[in-house]
Amino acid sequence: MKKVLTLLTIILFSSCSKDDSGYQPAALPLDVPEIFSNNIIPPIIPTDNPQTVEGVALGKKLFFDEILSSDGSKSCASCHSPQNAFSDNTPTSIGVAGVAGFRNSMPLFNLAWNYNERFTWTGRELSLERQIEGPVTNPIELQSNWDDVIDRLQNHPEYPELFQLAFNTSTISKDLVTKAIAQFERTLISANSKFDRYSLGQASLTQQELNGLDIFLREDKGDCFHCHGNPNNPLWTDNDFHNNGLDATLTDLGLGVFTGDPNDNGKFKTPSLRNLEYTAPYMHDGRFTTLDEVIDHYSEGLQNSPTIDPLMKKVAQGGVQLSDQEKADLKAFLLTLSDPSLLVNPDFQN
Amino acid sequence: MKKIVSLFCLLVILISCNSSDDSGNVTEVSTTFKFTHNWDGALIRHYNFGPIQYVNAHGETIGLERLRYVISDIIFTKENGEEIELDVYNLVDLTNEVNTEYTPNTRIPIGNYTNVSFTFGLDNEDNAKNHTDLNSASFNVPEMMGGGYHYMQFDGKFINSNMEEQGFNYHAIRAVDNSGVNPTFPQDTFFTVNLGAIDITNDVEIEVKMNIAEWFKSPNLWDLNMYNQMLMPNSAAQIMMYQNGQNAFSLGDVFQ
Repeated sequence: MKKVLTLLTIILFSSCSKDDSGYQPAALPLDVPEIFSNNIIPPIIPTDNPQTVEGVALGKKLFFDEILSSDGSKSCASCHSPQNAFSDNTPTSIGVAGVAGFRNSMPLFNLAWNYNERFTWTGRELSLERQIEGPVTNPIELQSNWDDVIDRLQNHPEYPELFQLAFNTSTISKDLVTKAIAQFERTLISANSKFDRYSLGQASLTQQELNGLDIFLREDKGDCFHCHGNPNNPLWTDNDFHNNGLDATLTDLGLGVFTGDPNDNGKFKTPSLRNLEYTAPYMHDGRFTTLDEVIDHYSEGLQNSPTIDPLMKKVAQGGVQLSDQEKADLKAFLLTLSDPSLLVNPDFQN
Repeated sequence: MKKIVSLFCLLVILISCNSSDDSGNVTEVSTTFKFTHNWDGALIRHYNFGPIQYVNAHGETIGLERLRYVISDIIFTKENGEEIELDVYNLVDLTNEVNTEYTPNTRIPIGNYTNVSFTFGLDNEDNAKNHTDLNSASFNVPEMMGGGYHYMQFDGKFINSNMEEQGFNYHAIRAVDNSGVNPTFPQDTFFTVNLGAIDITNDVEIEVKMNIAEWFKSPNLWDLNMYNQMLMPNSAAQIMMYQNGQNAFSLGDVFQ
């Protein structure tokens, strides 16, 4: 009996022991801002891709490296530039051959709080790691193929060692490349706007900004909050998909392409309102050059269509009919959601 | 030796699976609430959303786009009047069919309960708390309308009197007047749903049925041409929702 118990004890302990190599990348939990931990549930980190110091560093290097593109001319950052809150300033992004794509570059921040884990304007990618796969091989974007990318990385003087440090293997794979970039992208956290500081009692808003917040939250005025969050949901997006009345005739089917459900035609992901100051032009196709045009759209420009969201108010009148003063107030509030620290954070620069 | 090990394993299994409490007298079981939805008896699932196909009591044809609501404070009433209250809440999301089955962590003793009830929405105490999961689901009510949370978000479209498609937002919240810095509350609009008696003898699944048509039916015949959007700051509309909602829920099948 004593021998049996000893054997069971050995089995129990050996099953709990760590990897034999001894080396483990250093854990780097996300630094969750106070405004988030106070108000919303924790971020989503895949169990098979924990954040590590070495993984994030590798992901950052890959994010800014043109080695992922077919001709060495473009990186992820080419269309997701730090000075544009990790978006770009063209209506639709330009790929390696100088050809414009079909959709506006989505800004990248607070991605670990995308609770439904549907990424891109159409929600077709069901994890951040999977989202990263697509642009590399997209014929308009980086125009590469993964075999070539892996060859280039494997024969690079630095990358095999960096993968060894990040993932305990120098054998590079598509899976590990996307994991590393996803780790870096999850660190892109924006939570230091004037409004964040106001919510924490560290700043005050002007009367015009407060008036704009009132319009944003009033159901009989802007009614922006049903889709774009509120002071208790500092993501400023519901991470859901809506037809916001851009077109009477739907040519780009959006979410409907992915789901095949005609009820989803013309629906696109609600973008966060954070950092609007840096992410023009707006909408999935970059059709609006300025924030004023966006506000005008919701005020007077709504187009009816079979799948327009019922949260769109007064569609028959073109929208919520804001006065010029109300539009100016709303804009003033929206600009309080700008977080310039995101643009200059040294951890996020090449 | 083999017998000792087998006996030991059997003992461990029996101990870990025993649902009785330490006193050894009371068997406790889990309760699962299964929320189903129908339109006057016709089952509605998320894939029925979209097309304008249901006719309400006033005669408008409507389609469903989004339905989410909160239930809370489940109470089991014993024959002697004693109540077991579970201080919980659950956001049912039919749009995405999330949380349509809900099992509270707390187990309850078997017994003949004269009533099982829950609160539709959140009582004022719970509504004043900070619920990070409801914030994350963007279920808040802005402060100028009293703050807290929606009780229900029901969005859809209907054919209006001009024969045009129009959106409606049947959003139930705590009725509020004087939206602004100092809102006032004319009456409470959360309510208790009594499911009736259930004799619980084992782990149990309790079906809670919502007849969505009832929200438009009685005692207030709901005219969507009159009440369709911007109803949150409309306390009269909120009170009518509160009244109509009393008939929306009923007990369905009980499996145990």
